[in-house]
Formats: sequence, C-alpha cells, structure tokens
Amino acid sequence: MDVLQFTLLVAAGSFGAGLLGSLTGLGGGVVLVPMLTLAFGVDLRYAIGSSLVSVIATSSGAASSYVREGYSNIRVGMFLEIATSIGALLGAFLATRIPTPAIAVIFGLALLYSAWDSFRSRAGEVDETPAPNLIATALRLDSSYPTEQGPKTYHVQAVPLGFGMMIGAGTLSGLLGIGSGAMKVLAMDRAMRLPFKVSTTTSNFMIGVTAAASAGIYFRKGYIDPGLSMPVMLGVLAGSMLGARILMRAQVRSLRLVFGVVLLTMAVEMIYNGVSGKL
Amino acid sequence: MNDEKVERIIGHLLRAGVILSALIVAVGGAIYLLHHAHEIPDHAVFRGEPKFSNASGRGIIMGGLLVLILTPVARVAFSLIAFTLERDWIYVAVTTVVLGLLTYGLMSS
Repeated sequence: MDVLQFTLLVAAGSFGAGLLGSLTGLGGGVVLVPMLTLAFGVDLRYAIGSSLVSVIATSSGAASSYVREGYSNIRVGMFLEIATSIGALLGAFLATRIPTPAIAVIFGLALLYSAWDSFRSRAGEVDETPAPNLIATALRLDSSYPTEQGPKTYHVQAVPLGFGMMIGAGTLSGLLGIGSGAMKVLAMDRAMRLPFKVSTTTSNFMIGVTAAASAGIYFRKGYIDPGLSMPVMLGVLAGSMLGARILMRAQVRSLRLVFGVVLLTMAVEMIYNGVSGKL
Repeated sequence: MNDEKVERIIGHLLRAGVILSALIVAVGGAIYLLHHAHEIPDHAVFRGEPKFSNASGRGIIMGGLLVLILTPVARVAFSLIAFTLERDWIYVAVTTVVLGLLTYGLMSS
C-alpha cells in the first residue's frame, strides 16, 4: 500500500466515522481512533492526535447551525469551559506520561461506555421545573429555550457537581483525543438538570474549546502527523456535515444499535491489544 | 449588543475558521500527494517530534491545522469583547480564565 492508497482509504473510513458519529450523536472520535489503530496499523498516539484535530473541526463546523436554533446556553458553556480546559490540560499532560498500552485499555473502557450509551434509549424531557439555585442565580446561568408553547424558562442545579464532572470530561478528552460529548451531556442533563436539547447543543459548543486546550500540547509533542491528519480531518468533516443534513428525518434507533455492536467489538479489541501489549 | 446577536456572530466566526482551515489543509494535502503518492506510509512508528519544517505540503497542512486550533480560541476572545461591551464583569472574569488556560496550553512546553 502506498501513500496515495493509504490516504484515500483513511479519508473514506474517516468519512464513514464522521457520518455515523453525527447520525448517532456519539461523535466521530470514539470510532475513529480504534479504526486507525486496529485496521490501518497507525500508532495510537498519531491516531489520537488526528482524532483531536477532527473533533475541533466537527464541533466548530456544526456550531453555527446549533446557535441559530437558540438552544445552546453560552454562559453555562463558558463557565464550564473553565473545568473542561483544566481537565484537557491535565489529560494531555497525562497522555505524554502514561504508557501507550494503558491508554489503549482506558480507551477501550470509554468505548464500552459509548456502546452502553447507544443501546440505551434516550430519556424524554423531564417536565418539572426545579427551584432557582443560589450559585446558578449568582452566575446568571438560568435561561430559557424555545418550545412549541413558546420560550420555557429553566433553573440550573448542582453547579459544583456539574463542574467536577466537566473536569473529568475534559481529562478524558485530552487523554484520548475524543470530544467526550457523552460525559458532558451527562453532567448537564442529569446533574445540572438542563433540558436535553440545551445540554447536547451546549456540549457540542464546548467540545471545540476543550479540544483546543490540549491541541497545543499534542502539536509540540509530535502527536499530529500532517500526512495522516489531512485525510482524517477532511473526511470526518465532510461525513459529519452530510450526517447533520440527513439527521432531520433519519430513523436513528436501529442505527444506534448497529453502531453499539461495532463499538463493543472495538472495545474488546482495544482492551485485548492493550493488555497483551500489541499497541 | 444582545446575547442572540453575539451567538450568531460566533457561529459565523467558527464556520469561517473551519472552512479556511479545510481549504489550506486540502491545498497542502494535494501538494503532499503530488510529491509522496508512491512512497510507503510510516504512521506505525511514533517519532515524537513535530513535523513543521518538512517541505512539499506538510508545512502547509500543519499551518491549516493551526488555523483550526486557533478557531475556538478566537471564539473565546470574541466572547471576551462581547461580555466587556455588555459590562457583564463576572463573565469577563470567567472568559479571561478560559482564554488564559487556552493560551497556557498553546504556549507552555
């Protein structure tokens, strides 16, 4: 296989990862890294580096359409970006020190969580309004979002817990080169009680900043290989843009199940390769 | 300047950054492929050093990726200006901290 064939195959695979990632809402990074290491034999660190770059591209590329819908909460996002940026710096620092096989195992565990997440059905909107929270009020985090009955106000809860979970989400992002959108949504949706749609759009908004915090360290440590990152970034970006377009009408339930099986298989292989020292 | 307008400008800013970076990466990629199409790919072994200086497209690709990384940073910087104009001092402080962390990540060694 020469460079041209390698580039075209990686671009096609990345396109598929971006498409699936955006259709299922699970992001492209989590499937991209195992694909590059397991199928293309790329070093895990190069795979993580190119994945992080593609995460910035998809997050930023999609932001303008999310922002227009009026769901994302810019103050919640900015406040929590303190936590995710601290975590991302910590994660990138750890990435350069933890042995590669151990990172493969941690990645496998993150894949297991994503697989479980894709088998689970999405919880519907909780139709209760918690009382205003002291910290959230002081930080002006409360806002409203558009519904069919007009704008609906919500009160943000459990700010310290959400902040702590966001440090964890940032660390995973910096360590594994993924967006860790699932954990960000978990923090906002479950802990801070933001409406689901607000959580997912704000999470997407935050992913780019989180990834940018660790990208500088990745750059200097040589994790970002231009020959590899070029087809990965362009492929994922094109795939996720197409995915966002067909998402409006697509029936994603069965797709999520198929994707879950793929993730489960990859999780087992990543953990096996990590434990046996093949990565 | 209200929140909604700020968010719309931010959305456009992000999209412009991504498009610009993708164009630069594509141009660099085309030059890279013209020179290296028939070599053997070598991504299996990690060398642990940045490949900025290599000629024939690689440097252009890295430049495009740098534009991409700087796009969210520009977004935070713009938010800082917007919060300052709104005289929202709590968020001027919050945004300054985020910008400081991003700058640290980009500059530290």
